[in-house]
Amino acid sequence: MDAILFFVFAVIAVLCAVNLVVQTHPISSALSLVGVMGALAVLYLLLGAEFMAAAQIIVYAGAIMVLFIFVIMLLNAGAEQRVSRSQFAKVFGVPALVGFLGVVSFLIQTLLPGTKEVVFGSFQGGSAQAVGRKLFTEYLLPFEVTSLLILIAILGAVVLARKEI
Amino acid sequence: MPFIIISIVKAALVAFVLLTTLAYLQWIERKVLAHIQLRVGPYRVGPHGLLQPLADVIKLITKEGVLPPHVNKFFYLFAPFLAVALALVSISVIPFGTKLEIPALGFSTPMELTDVNIGILVILAISAVGVYGVALGGWASNNKYSLLGGLRSAAQMISYELPMSLAIVSPLLLANTLSMRELVDAQAGFYFGFIPKWHVFQLFPLQGAAFLIFIIAAFAETNRVPFDLPEAENELVAGFHTEYSSMAFAGFFMAEYCNMVTISAVATHLFLGGWHPPFPAPYSDYLAPLLFFLSAGALFFHSLQTLKTRTWDKYTFPAFGVIFGGIGLLLLGAIVLAPWLREAIMPLFWFAAKAGAILFVFIWIRGTLPRFRYDQLMKFTWLFLFPVALVQLMLTGLMVALGN
Repeated sequence: MDAILFFVFAVIAVLCAVNLVVQTHPISSALSLVGVMGALAVLYLLLGAEFMAAAQIIVYAGAIMVLFIFVIMLLNAGAEQRVSRSQFAKVFGVPALVGFLGVVSFLIQTLLPGTKEVVFGSFQGGSAQAVGRKLFTEYLLPFEVTSLLILIAILGAVVLARKEI
Repeated sequence: MPFIIISIVKAALVAFVLLTTLAYLQWIERKVLAHIQLRVGPYRVGPHGLLQPLADVIKLITKEGVLPPHVNKFFYLFAPFLAVALALVSISVIPFGTKLEIPALGFSTPMELTDVNIGILVILAISAVGVYGVALGGWASNNKYSLLGGLRSAAQMISYELPMSLAIVSPLLLANTLSMRELVDAQAGFYFGFIPKWHVFQLFPLQGAAFLIFIIAAFAETNRVPFDLPEAENELVAGFHTEYSSMAFAGFFMAEYCNMVTISAVATHLFLGGWHPPFPAPYSDYLAPLLFFLSAGALFFHSLQTLKTRTWDKYTFPAFGVIFGGIGLLLLGAIVLAPWLREAIMPLFWFAAKAGAILFVFIWIRGTLPRFRYDQLMKFTWLFLFPVALVQLMLTGLMVALGN
């Protein structure tokens, strides 16, 4: 059951990702990205990382992508104009991609030999309590540094927006 | 296998009750609004207009679905589907009562579809994604009013998500859990034997403030008056659903009412103690049939007074008096004779009563308040609601930390 769900949502994620690149209209691309994020959230859920799954949906699909779509709608960005493509890419694009993926998967196989087999439902540290405890004890410094970084980004946005007025 | 069968039966039951509630919620809204404005409201279809929702459903199904030539067809048809699907999904993590136990059959099942231990996060996630339905519908219609409605909705929902999330966090801090069921269980009991330990009464006045913030944000999240800017009819025709007709329009309509029901249920569970009664059990159990008897009596009294002046629709009120009295008698019988039935019915009754009261407030506000202006709406949340929610959360956190 878990394996079937995994393959269904993995395929959905990959299809949405391909669709994201293929589509010409920015709104379609952005929504494909939302689809990728939703499928990823289900994969997190299957692996037992339930808090990550919820956070993925709330933060990425619910907040960040809504802002993306908001901006696309506000600017009324039209469909992308396809200019003439290079002949080289037409002929060698797909073989080069397959070769590249082959090399990457070979490298992963050889460089990371000791990876354990993933068993669905065996991971226990995905609850909100477990994530919170890790975040505020073991990973406190990266957590605080990240929040500072975000604060700086917000201040930067405010400064940039102020100049316009 | 029995688990799957029970789940399917429960899902069908919940879907049936929910959809009926949506249809009649709309009837109740029209009636209450009418009475606030000294009108009678729907009156022609069925006794006292009671079959109006059925007529509306038939009308919406049989109407021609217009597909305007200038729309983006895929997203135009996808948007209402998305809106209503997301709105209906979120009811699945909300518990309705403790559990149904039939000792004679050795049968026991919790009164909910699922109890996930990130329940409240699931609700937040679904409500966060729910904005796509409205925003996409507005954009795909390819109409300036629709687009403005969709944009307003997106901006408004992102802005009010923040105070709403902050208001949700403080009851979570008090109950120390994310599961809806444990959240409700944490509110059992009474202070001094008579003040219920609902979150809204805890840490006075912090949690009361959190409840108010949550309700205000809930109005904005569901696009209801006074925050119904996305469909403000005197500036945007009908906002994001200007171009929609027939069942596509009904999809948006159902989604709005379903979101109202969900958010009332969530407010009940978070702040108003879920299915815990407002009085200690021996008294509160008898309060429920008493309420039904009182309403039956009021209906009889009213119909006796107006019997002579009414020329038609004479018998609806007495008939409903009989029905309410019968329900009261059944409840009383269940309380006295069948303890297992009482265990199942009383939580359900209190949950429905509280959620219904919040739904009534939604309608009441719609009949009372004018609409905000768009800049007022944004200023209100960013300059007032968000800071207040933040201060409230910090004080609550401090109190919880001191309490430990």
